Amino acid sequence: MTKRITADEVTHVATLARLRVADDELVMFTEQLAAVLETASALEALDLDGVEPMAQPYALTNVLREDVVTPSLDPTEVLAMAPAAEDGRFRVPPALGDAQ
Amino acid sequence: MSELSDGWEMVIGLEVHVELATKSKLFCGCSNSFGDQPNTNVCPTCLGLPGSLPVVNAQAVQYAMTLGRAIGCTVSPSVFARKNYFYPDMPKDYQTTQYDQPTNEDGSLELPDGTVIGIERAHIEEDTGKSTHLGGGGRIHDATATLVDYNRAGVPLVEVVTRPELTSADEARAYVAELRDILIATGVSDARMEEGSMRVDANVSVRPTGDAELRTRCEIKNINSLRSLGRAINYEARRHVALYEAGEAPSQETRHWDEDGGRSTSGRSKEDADDYRYFACPDLPPLAPTPAELAAIDEAMPVLPGRRRSALASAAGVSMAETSLAVERGLDTFALDAIAAGGQGISVMKHVDQNLADGVGVMTAESFAALVALEADGALSATQVKTVLYEMVASGGQPADIAASMGFEAMDNSELESLLDQLIADNPDEWARFAEGDSKVQGFFVGQIMKATQGKADGKIVNQLMSAKAKA
Amino acid sequence: MSTPTAIEIAAQVRSGSQSATAALESSLSDIAERDRELHSFLHLTEDRARAQAAAVDAVVAAGNDPGPLAGVPIALKDNMCTRGAPTTCSSKMLEGWKPPYDATVVSRLEAAGALVVGKTNLDEFAMGSSTENSAFGPTRNPHDPSRVPGGSSGGSAAAVGAGLVPVSLGSDTGGSIRQPASLCGVVGVKPTYGAVSRYGLIAFASSLDQIGPFATTVGDAALVLDAISGHDPLDATSIPAAIPTVSSALTNGVAGKRIGIIDELMGEGIDEDVLRQTELAAEAFRSAGATVERVSIPATIYGLAAYYLIAPAEASSNLARYDGVRYGARVDGGNVEAMNIATRTAGFGDEVKRRIMLGTYALSSGYYDAYYGKAQRVRSLIAAEFATAYEQFDLLLSPTSPSTAFELGAKSDPMALYMCDVCTIPSNLVGHPAMSVPFGSGDDGLPIGVQILAPMLHEPAMFAAAAVLEAAQKGSS
Repeated sequence: MTKRITADEVTHVATLARLRVADDELVMFTEQLAAVLETASALEALDLDGVEPMAQPYALTNVLREDVVTPSLDPTEVLAMAPAAEDGRFRVPPALGDAQ
Repeated sequence: MSELSDGWEMVIGLEVHVELATKSKLFCGCSNSFGDQPNTNVCPTCLGLPGSLPVVNAQAVQYAMTLGRAIGCTVSPSVFARKNYFYPDMPKDYQTTQYDQPTNEDGSLELPDGTVIGIERAHIEEDTGKSTHLGGGGRIHDATATLVDYNRAGVPLVEVVTRPELTSADEARAYVAELRDILIATGVSDARMEEGSMRVDANVSVRPTGDAELRTRCEIKNINSLRSLGRAINYEARRHVALYEAGEAPSQETRHWDEDGGRSTSGRSKEDADDYRYFACPDLPPLAPTPAELAAIDEAMPVLPGRRRSALASAAGVSMAETSLAVERGLDTFALDAIAAGGQGISVMKHVDQNLADGVGVMTAESFAALVALEADGALSATQVKTVLYEMVASGGQPADIAASMGFEAMDNSELESLLDQLIADNPDEWARFAEGDSKVQGFFVGQIMKATQGKADGKIVNQLMSAKAKA
Repeated sequence: MSTPTAIEIAAQVRSGSQSATAALESSLSDIAERDRELHSFLHLTEDRARAQAAAVDAVVAAGNDPGPLAGVPIALKDNMCTRGAPTTCSSKMLEGWKPPYDATVVSRLEAAGALVVGKTNLDEFAMGSSTENSAFGPTRNPHDPSRVPGGSSGGSAAAVGAGLVPVSLGSDTGGSIRQPASLCGVVGVKPTYGAVSRYGLIAFASSLDQIGPFATTVGDAALVLDAISGHDPLDATSIPAAIPTVSSALTNGVAGKRIGIIDELMGEGIDEDVLRQTELAAEAFRSAGATVERVSIPATIYGLAAYYLIAPAEASSNLARYDGVRYGARVDGGNVEAMNIATRTAGFGDEVKRRIMLGTYALSSGYYDAYYGKAQRVRSLIAAEFATAYEQFDLLLSPTSPSTAFELGAKSDPMALYMCDVCTIPSNLVGHPAMSVPFGSGDDGLPIGVQILAPMLHEPAMFAAAAVLEAAQKGSS
């Protein structure tokens, strides 16, 4: 039986999810994720042709609100949450700077 | 007309993002307004705060379906999906958009010259916030920090995606201009490229003329005007041809148009790392328009620019393209009325295009038609017609009365002729130069006659008289 | 337990025989005295509660009705937003963050006269079944401090189980109310999906999450559920119809009702004493006039596998926003991506990372159909089988948890812990209501709960059955 997920794939999904997995964690995470996916293999045998996926348990459609402006938050309160702010805006490191 | 060297043709697909003219945002009640102080139109939902939830703005859906119907799309039940990727402008680090079940699919748009551009889809999605790059002259590559304003985050957009069917920069410009006219006519968006309420990304590739295959495309972003759109497409297509002719190939990537530099620069490369992991948004039930809703949208649909242009073109006896300005100015109904009242089509169109940029004021179509008739009879000179026209726009009235009150009576040619004879006698040197073909002195004679007649003379007739006398 | 019930407190406060302030101070002093060992609370909201108590007392003094929960101290799982008060999800990621808004349930509780006394511990972002995955330390079981209270709403279950507050709220994504209720010997309810607003509940898995009450009695749970349920225009998945009240249904009994015991949840992996108590609950129903039979719902065995694809997938998207840009923790980096990575790597615990990676994988290109897509179809399959079962039965019965409370640290293997949810997960997948009712003890003397399941919006019948079991317990004790 082949592994359900490889260490390379774990590294790949970590990258997609913006997580860093240290070398010593990689083996652990790979084994744990493989174990969960192994139980998911129970689903493989199921014939689900013609069965619609259920996105929401209580089926609703056209849940809409009127186009009415409601009060926004106080900008002082908004920026007080920010790890860094400047000039009324959220400040973040540059998009393309050196990683360090 | 190809901008490329022989043997190559362009393949262009356009993605136009249109901000909808709603009062509030797509998923929350924050104001959808442009130019406010940063981070003043934000709430838990559009800031993506933990625990917040979206609820869809009914008017945004209405506008999206209206646009869909206006461009001939099939409007179907649709599902909001999450497009997952990290981006500091995007508060939830996913964009709520539509993926495999968009609101509008399979439409088309006819350009003024009759070309039909296929539209793949027009789906609803939310806008992102806005980044300002600090340091490095505001350029993303050299910035030292980025400041983010989320006022725009969550503003409703429709993204209109064409099939890769456009073949030139001119066609792309015409498509965008036409789409803009439709958006304005339907009230779906104010469609201002300079304010970013209409943004165009161009997917450009080239191929040997006549080939069926699609080659590697590049997506050009940051196009802020119709002029930029044309320049960017031509630049990019030539860049591709140059690469192929040098035995290389372009790589698939997003590129940024630099209007000042007149070139595109490489942005993010579209690697395998792009895996958006779309899935149906569990917070938002699907949309399911009823036949009655769609019928009501069709019922309320204004006559669109294409139909207006063709109606005017056939009435005026001009080409569709020649009616664009009148339709854009909303003067097509006025022009049609004037033509119906007896105004000669080409003259009507000439005045609408050249002299009525600021509208028709209180002038009626009937009085305008009467003025056009006076002009055709030669009863008034071009200058006089213009003066009377402006007076009618400002204060109304009938052209004949206005002309009479201004003392504009048609001048007898013999009167002009004797004036001209006198001028020739007084200025023999100038006349000799004119007779030898120096057209520069023509204006001198016309000017003198206008002065003597207080502008009543018809310049065209003066010119004719002068040519006749010079040849004699 | 001598602690008064919510119904008793509210009656006293409304009649003026006890002030809301006195009820509050009694609860706060119990917490101060006894929560050091349990660690069920992460933060107290005393100022807010005192102001609210004073307001309730003023309403009473003015001769008006302060509402059905007048003066009732209540604890909230710390994944529900409270304006101006810390809301952490037991994560370093949100340490120190104070939301600028209240969850809808908080507004509704206060409108009904309740006093929010504090925020309770949970497994980080509600991911876990033992409350050991809290960045701020575990909560202990009030019946045996060497054992876990269950999870993820372990703090809310323990606080009620210990009598620190009469009622509390938890959230249930795969059993996170019912399983700790069972382990702490209290009533725990997962309502119909969409019956209680999720606005202000920090999302784990949006299509499964639902807020519900913990209480020492079925009547108290009903009182709280009636106060918090109902349509909320801020939650597009909220049911836009009247939600049936349950308080009025408590005395309806089960005479003539048909109750099915789910076969697939009565075998392997479930402890003997738990099976025994479930059979005894069936007997109690029979004694009260119900017919009880076994029913097979084969697809329930796929619930666990489907759940551990769907919940992580939704979580991977819901938890992307914790990127260090707008709020919460930030660990600096030279560019924005490096900052995101450093922040998320330091801010999330291992279990959260595991589920984010698992969910990212289940949604990723090439695997979507095999994993996420398939799991969403399994939900429909389970729903169809439940629908068939409910043609024969009014309610269903099963164990809540496979075992009584286990020792802290006993389940270090994630998969072993995931098995705790095997009986509770199916209801979340299909959106049906279910509740755990204490029904006796295990061989170790620790509490055991049994689970009553009902069709969509059939909470009144479910509560009536719960009241029957509660009465049977009182009769036997």
